Amino acid sequence: MTTTSTAAGAVKANTETATDRQSGRPRKRRSDRARAEARLGWWLAGPAFFLMLAVTLYPILQAVYDSLFRYRLTAPDDRAFVGLNNYAVVLSDPVFWQATLITVLITVVTVLVEVVLGFALALVMHRAIKQLRGLLRTVILVPYGIITVVSAFAWFYMFDINSGFVNSWFSWVPGINADLNWFASQGTSLFVIIASEVWKTTPFISLLLLAGLAQVSGDLEEAAQVDGASWWQRLQRVVLPNMKAAIMVAVLFRALDAFRIFDNVFIMTNGANGTQVLSLLAYRTSIGRLEIGLGSAISVLLFLCVILICFVAIKLFKVDLSSTRGEK
Amino acid sequence: MGKRSRWIAATLAVVLGGSLAACGSATGPPVLTWFINPDAGGQAVIAEDCTAKSGGAYRIDVSTLPRDASSQREQLARRLAANDSGIDLMSLDPPFIAELAEPGFLAPVPADVAERVSQNVVKGALAGATWRDELVAVPFWANTQLLWYRKSVAEKAGLDMSKPVTWDQLIDVARTSNVDLAVQGAKAESLTVWINALIESAGGQIITDQGVRASEVKLGLTSPAGEEAAKIIGTIGKEGLGGPGLPTADENASLTLFQSDSGSFMVNWPFVWSAMNAAVEAGTLDASFLKDVGWTMYPRTSADKPSAPPYGGINLGVGAFSKNVDLAYQAAECIVTPEHQAEYFVTNGNPASNTTAYDDPAVQKAFPMATLIRDSLQASAPRPQTPYYNEVSLGLQETWHPPSAVDPATTPQVATDLITAVLAGDRLL
Repeated sequence: MTTTSTAAGAVKANTETATDRQSGRPRKRRSDRARAEARLGWWLAGPAFFLMLAVTLYPILQAVYDSLFRYRLTAPDDRAFVGLNNYAVVLSDPVFWQATLITVLITVVTVLVEVVLGFALALVMHRAIKQLRGLLRTVILVPYGIITVVSAFAWFYMFDINSGFVNSWFSWVPGINADLNWFASQGTSLFVIIASEVWKTTPFISLLLLAGLAQVSGDLEEAAQVDGASWWQRLQRVVLPNMKAAIMVAVLFRALDAFRIFDNVFIMTNGANGTQVLSLLAYRTSIGRLEIGLGSAISVLLFLCVILICFVAIKLFKVDLSSTRGEK
Repeated sequence: MGKRSRWIAATLAVVLGGSLAACGSATGPPVLTWFINPDAGGQAVIAEDCTAKSGGAYRIDVSTLPRDASSQREQLARRLAANDSGIDLMSLDPPFIAELAEPGFLAPVPADVAERVSQNVVKGALAGATWRDELVAVPFWANTQLLWYRKSVAEKAGLDMSKPVTWDQLIDVARTSNVDLAVQGAKAESLTVWINALIESAGGQIITDQGVRASEVKLGLTSPAGEEAAKIIGTIGKEGLGGPGLPTADENASLTLFQSDSGSFMVNWPFVWSAMNAAVEAGTLDASFLKDVGWTMYPRTSADKPSAPPYGGINLGVGAFSKNVDLAYQAAECIVTPEHQAEYFVTNGNPASNTTAYDDPAVQKAFPMATLIRDSLQASAPRPQTPYYNEVSLGLQETWHPPSAVDPATTPQVATDLITAVLAGDRLL
């Protein structure tokens, strides 16, 4: 086993230790059954594993490699190794930090709003009478079923100063009138971007939270009720602590998703008025400007940010991904 | 396991090989693939016509590119950088021609073809198809912006539209008559078009020295012409003379504003004429509106200098990696005949680059302003020609937007600093 350096070996080692831990026997003397199970596991997961390597690990490594070069697609002869210079340029540029700040802002605001709204929706779905439950879930899930670009366009045209109806429908709200151009300043642009993002992905969070709610034993709630706990106390002391794992998983998934926001910004403002986000910056640099080196450096930094979020969530907040499968 | 993986590999090879083989052409004349920008179907008609006229020498298949010019460029540049031999003909937006010509992505135009396709072509279109003093693309259709106006508004303001008008005059009318100027202030390519036209009309240039490397490009923004341009855009932005929609107004939004109650003057491409006629036919625009619409030459930046209107359009490039370069040039020559250009002008509303096409009675009937378009094209100036056009244009959009923040004292310098640093590879965009 020690001579095998391939990923296949690593996977095998993992399955072996897992089997060993379960059986409690030293790893050398595995039973035929354990070995057969390991082989079956490998056959089942192997193809997907290799496919993942091909479509994720390879492009990531290629991006890391490209990020060390000055390389413009339309000037192939000028390609030169520049070491970490691209990272120095990116990290010393206010454009990058501004984009990071906006990305973090959008992530934090959308995730917070979505968790609150999503939890409310999950409660509604959970408590709804049986006959309504199916219909309710479908209705709540509709926004999530819409392609992001389509929803971005819908929201854009809703708020657009020429074709939008929001200005006339909501003219009774102070500050909103026919002359309000939502996509002409940072605050209003971000509001529409965030609102559209919240509308679109709250159903996702509420579904994850609904699964969490379903795991909370009814007995516990009943017992608390018998003891005279109010609705709020039951929610706070019984329901929420019991579904903490589900909440954290929902927050982690959504945070990773929100951090990579692209479609809404691309369609609505294309980064105008200080609404540029990291994904858009990476896109504009590597696809728009064809600067493969600089663009790859931004992509790698974006990737590191995503890893950091995962690390913080899993290590510090102790998100247990297995809990979503009901193994806990 | 070894046996099985070999089996899987063999299956994959069969599946992939089979699907790739399906992409190859069937028997028959060589197929030329023409990557076109989306239009009203005119290029496809011309392709069919040329296929029929070639007498079996070639067949032209059209393949549609994305809707906006920058996405078209992205796709073509990426394909050409990968030496894609599947690109025979391309409909190219002029500003991006230098970028594709510089690394040799375009097949050189044979001398005899160059001579034939340059005859009777308007100056702006020739300049837009030329890079480093050589014709690198075949001029197809050419676009230019006119000043469209509401006769009633001009009359009320006492503006004599038979004489050339200046931006200052338009600004005065907008101030006093409480109407909106329809200009393109969105953070998009249309903003660069506006900036370039203002600077060129004042006798300046955005790029004064091409240089050999990106870091050697010299900009002419910090000149009296650049400051004058910044003054005009800044005034319209700060005083709200372009309406509340100005910071997000593209060409279509400008047309909507022009048709609204506060509409007055508009700088825009001739497609607006087709669009307004179509709107009248569809019943969404009052027929009397058309009678109130007038047109004249693009406004002057300074009263004593003729204006240099924007130039756009499409030129045909032949892919350097095409297997049928000669046939592709034959096809290109067929596509750009004055007859095809006239037909395309009438049916799709895209003006011809060949002056003889304007003599066609059908053109004169569909576009009463055809002669003005031709004159405007002769006077037009292309946007800065450089392989780094995208950086220059994005840098301008980054610094000259929103229009209300444009200040003649600082904006040209800030733009110069940003674009220079970006071209040197020291800053992001």
